[in-house]
Amino acid sequence: MTKQQVLDLYFLDARHKLIELAAFLDRVERADGKDDFRLKVFRVALEGLTSNKKQKARDVLLAFSDPTMEPVAKATTKGAAGAFQK
Amino acid sequence: MKYIEPHAHMVSRTTDDYERMALAGCTAVCEPAFWAGFDRSSVDGFHDYFCQLTEHEPRRAAKFGLKHFCWLCINSKEAEDVKLAEEVITLIPQFLNRPNVLGIGEIGLNKNSRNELRVLEMQVELAAKHGQLILVHTPHLEDKLKGTRLILDVLKHDKRIKPERVIIDHVEEHTVEMVLEAGMWAGMTLYPETKCTPARVIDILEAYGHERLWLNSACDWGVSDPLAVPKTAVEMKKRGHLPSAIEQVIFSNPEKFLKQSGKFKTG
Repeated sequence: MTKQQVLDLYFLDARHKLIELAAFLDRVERADGKDDFRLKVFRVALEGLTSNKKQKARDVLLAFSDPTMEPVAKATTKGAAGAFQK
Repeated sequence: MKYIEPHAHMVSRTTDDYERMALAGCTAVCEPAFWAGFDRSSVDGFHDYFCQLTEHEPRRAAKFGLKHFCWLCINSKEAEDVKLAEEVITLIPQFLNRPNVLGIGEIGLNKNSRNELRVLEMQVELAAKHGQLILVHTPHLEDKLKGTRLILDVLKHDKRIKPERVIIDHVEEHTVEMVLEAGMWAGMTLYPETKCTPARVIDILEAYGHERLWLNSACDWGVSDPLAVPKTAVEMKKRGHLPSAIEQVIFSNPEKFLKQSGKFKTG
């Protein structure tokens, strides 16, 4: 597809998602309490979006990922939080 | 358009879903053994589940002209209890000759624990001993990268395992390359919020080509869409992909991989 075709097909959807993301940040910033590890990683991942790198989706996923290789001693939960807590 | 749904948990879906899938062009559905949303209390629960997958569910699918196949294992979410896992693994060989059993799956990791890894190794041993295909579940969200690396290490370490007989499922942009480079197949799951969207799946196809890749809905008891594969085919068409390329990823590729079982055929 040409750039024009990509924009025609996906611009409004991406615009919508960007506004949702901005509204989420407004919401969490005006709420009482402290940030947790998820929001810290979220902000790191956001910074990558304005770079000139070509694999932004991969880089966002890597920002949220556990980079270690050692198995954990025991699975104490079944779910995932969405961001690695160091 | 005809397509194969290579990963769907139909025991959790309604009969209406079978009908909608058939109407959308599905010719065969493959169901890996997985977590029920709660832990089973004994090996007997798994025995009943394996009977459901090999006896009852094929009959339910056949009412809509769909072939039903399955994979057997103890899933990684119940693998922390190694003793239970050993009992379940002992149970599996008696089911392997049933006509709709394709192999061992979906084995893998969930939280990347030592016990999960030990049970993964036991099930890779089971597959190797019985010459079975392997379908691998990779962990969710922040655990996926590490889990995929650990799983690939286990599989590459066992020289009896042929990479072309293994599919690593739920790959995303940060894991697809390492799976394909290992010579294995990669499955992309269309799942709201936690896995891939149709647009991202097509991005991956455009970046990595159409070889050794398939798409699946992994529809289950959670928020998921049993029609995610045909909807993605429509999105591919909108993006100008040729009908032959669409047919390859939604039909020919899964057919090619699954036929290695010697049992798979479409309706």
